[in-house]
Amino acid sequence: MTFTIRAGLMACAASALVASAASGETITIATVNNGDMIRMQGLTDDFTKSHPDIELEWVTLEENVLRQRVTQDVATKGGQFDVMTIGTYEVPIWSKQGWLLPLTDMPDGYDADDLLPAIAGGLTTDGELYAAPFYGESSMVMYRKDLMEKAGLEMPDAPTWDEIKEAAAAMTDKDGEIYGICLRGKAGWGENMAFLTAMANSYGAKWFDMDWNAQFDSPEWKATLTDYLDLMNNYGPPGASSNGFNENLALFQQGKCGMWIDATVAASFVTNPTDSTVADKVGFALAPDKGLGKRGNWLWAWNLGIPAGTEKEDAAKAFVAWATSKQYTELVAANEGWANVPPGTRTSLYENQEYLDAAPFAKMTLESIQAADPQNPTVDEVPYVGVQFVAIPEFQGIGTAVGQQFSAALAGQVTADEALANAQALTSREMKRSGYQD
Amino acid sequence: MARKVSTRRKAVNTGIAWTVGLLIFFPILWTVLTSFKTEAQAIADPPIWFNFHWTLENYVTVQERSNYFRHFWNSVVISVGSTLIGLAIAVPAAWAMAFVPGKRTKDLLMWMLSTKMLPPVGVLVPIYLLFQRFGLLDTQVGLIIVLTLINLPIIVWMLYTYFREIPVDILEAARMDGAGLKDEVISVLLPMAVPGMASTVLLNIILAWNEAFWTLNLTAAKAAPLTAFIASYSSPEGLFYAKLSAASTMAIAPILIMGWFSQKQLVRGLTFGAVK
Repeated sequence: MTFTIRAGLMACAASALVASAASGETITIATVNNGDMIRMQGLTDDFTKSHPDIELEWVTLEENVLRQRVTQDVATKGGQFDVMTIGTYEVPIWSKQGWLLPLTDMPDGYDADDLLPAIAGGLTTDGELYAAPFYGESSMVMYRKDLMEKAGLEMPDAPTWDEIKEAAAAMTDKDGEIYGICLRGKAGWGENMAFLTAMANSYGAKWFDMDWNAQFDSPEWKATLTDYLDLMNNYGPPGASSNGFNENLALFQQGKCGMWIDATVAASFVTNPTDSTVADKVGFALAPDKGLGKRGNWLWAWNLGIPAGTEKEDAAKAFVAWATSKQYTELVAANEGWANVPPGTRTSLYENQEYLDAAPFAKMTLESIQAADPQNPTVDEVPYVGVQFVAIPEFQGIGTAVGQQFSAALAGQVTADEALANAQALTSREMKRSGYQD
Repeated sequence: MARKVSTRRKAVNTGIAWTVGLLIFFPILWTVLTSFKTEAQAIADPPIWFNFHWTLENYVTVQERSNYFRHFWNSVVISVGSTLIGLAIAVPAAWAMAFVPGKRTKDLLMWMLSTKMLPPVGVLVPIYLLFQRFGLLDTQVGLIIVLTLINLPIIVWMLYTYFREIPVDILEAARMDGAGLKDEVISVLLPMAVPGMASTVLLNIILAWNEAFWTLNLTAAKAAPLTAFIASYSSPEGLFYAKLSAASTMAIAPILIMGWFSQKQLVRGLTFGAVK
């Protein structure tokens, strides 16, 4: 036993020494497990070839775990990561806290002016870019052309919510397990509240007025939630209150949804014949509106940022420039085809005929992204930035709590009025507690 | 004298035992089955049981994308290291509590156990800051320390229970024969407590192997064990169940095999002293 303990301790110590000796000019990149990110990991030989002195370590995590880990690290200046994959929500908050390095002196040929203005605008604080977009997305309507034809309807390029309702009713065949519309119902600020906040914008609803008073008691929010519940209860799939992106993707790919309003990135999944049974029957349209000048689409980008605590700023910057450059897009196209390049970040991509030919959803993606304005997300003026979120630190907690109320309403556990009243009460309480009001 | 049990009752008992066993084992079986499906088959509704084209594609993808052996080695070092260090601390502690109990021994034991009742997230930030200050973030040493500390109460409690079953007279006899404290513990006490020690070691290795909260929060790339390896296969946008299942199967396989081979010791140790 003594020998075993001694041998075990020696093995641990030796292993720890090996681990600590392996450090050098190695940058650690925290990222999410998305197709585009995984593809980037597979292509890093190209980077290390041109930067032989830099080694890359990848930490891939689930989105929520990643968000918690990188927030913890950047807030405590832990220094565990040199490049972080962060969303459009984090960038304005973190840059104001001084947690991110500005990307001012990117290498020659980076062409920051080529970034899509709608995307770059959400990553800019006081005129400086704080994160480089890796891929961008909005939301749009994906619909079954065959079912629309069967119902004798035609989907306009820019539908209204009334037209969506009419199409949902016409396509629904519950006995045949075809549901007119599939929408997010799972509770979470990035789940059902991403969809509902964007939908609310098109109804003229808002989270807060200019004095940071919660607005869930407004008629606009009531109309939003009532119409959402009406659509889902009458034409949605059963158990929708636990459906998020992946669950709806699975339903749509199995031919069980007439329409699905969700992230533009889903277009490449539903048109992929390997996984989708309806790959050749999908049409695309802009997210619906209510005739008030705002559409119900969101704006999101996964971006690469450099934490202020890093000691390897130059190497980190070289990597960020490589991964978000035009040359990287060409590298992906050469290796995996134009349909697989990360979308939604550069104007030049949407001027490239090869890309437009390979990606039938490209035009609609660009129009959707351009239709969203994070600085003026809804009809009235508001004190916050963000289309489907409010870029304040408290929003993750509040957004998820409100999402739970709306998800409960979809599950039939509370009425729409009760859900709105609860949302109003909890949001007002948290905003007061956080010092936004006296 | 053995009790007479009717054949019918035996059949019922066997049926219940198999049902419970299968229920407990079902999630693992489903994970293993899913790991051999395509992503589309993994989410098929109604679910596909066995009638699908079996593929190793997910295992190939996982092998290509991740450095499995680095994660595996980290898991081995962290779980074995923390268990051995825990044992080195817990054996003298349990000996003292079992054979030289004081007035407050029971309170001390309860206090040790009460530390397990604290939700780990409650001490995450202080521990994270301490780790940062001492350069222990993303190191095997750091994880060995934290896992030793969180599993120590269980090791002490288990060893204490086993030691209490050993007649104190035997130790006294050894002492009268001239055995010192070291000989008493190493040559007399430990050999008698081998079944209990074995199950303590095995249980703690399993607990440390499966620990996900601290291992996910305190590691990045270098010291990340298999729990972090599994976590990297969950995706917010895109289908991932088949690949996640392949990663999970690869992560649990070593501990499952170890548990299979040592189940005799594990059961013997866990039921040690249960019947008097």
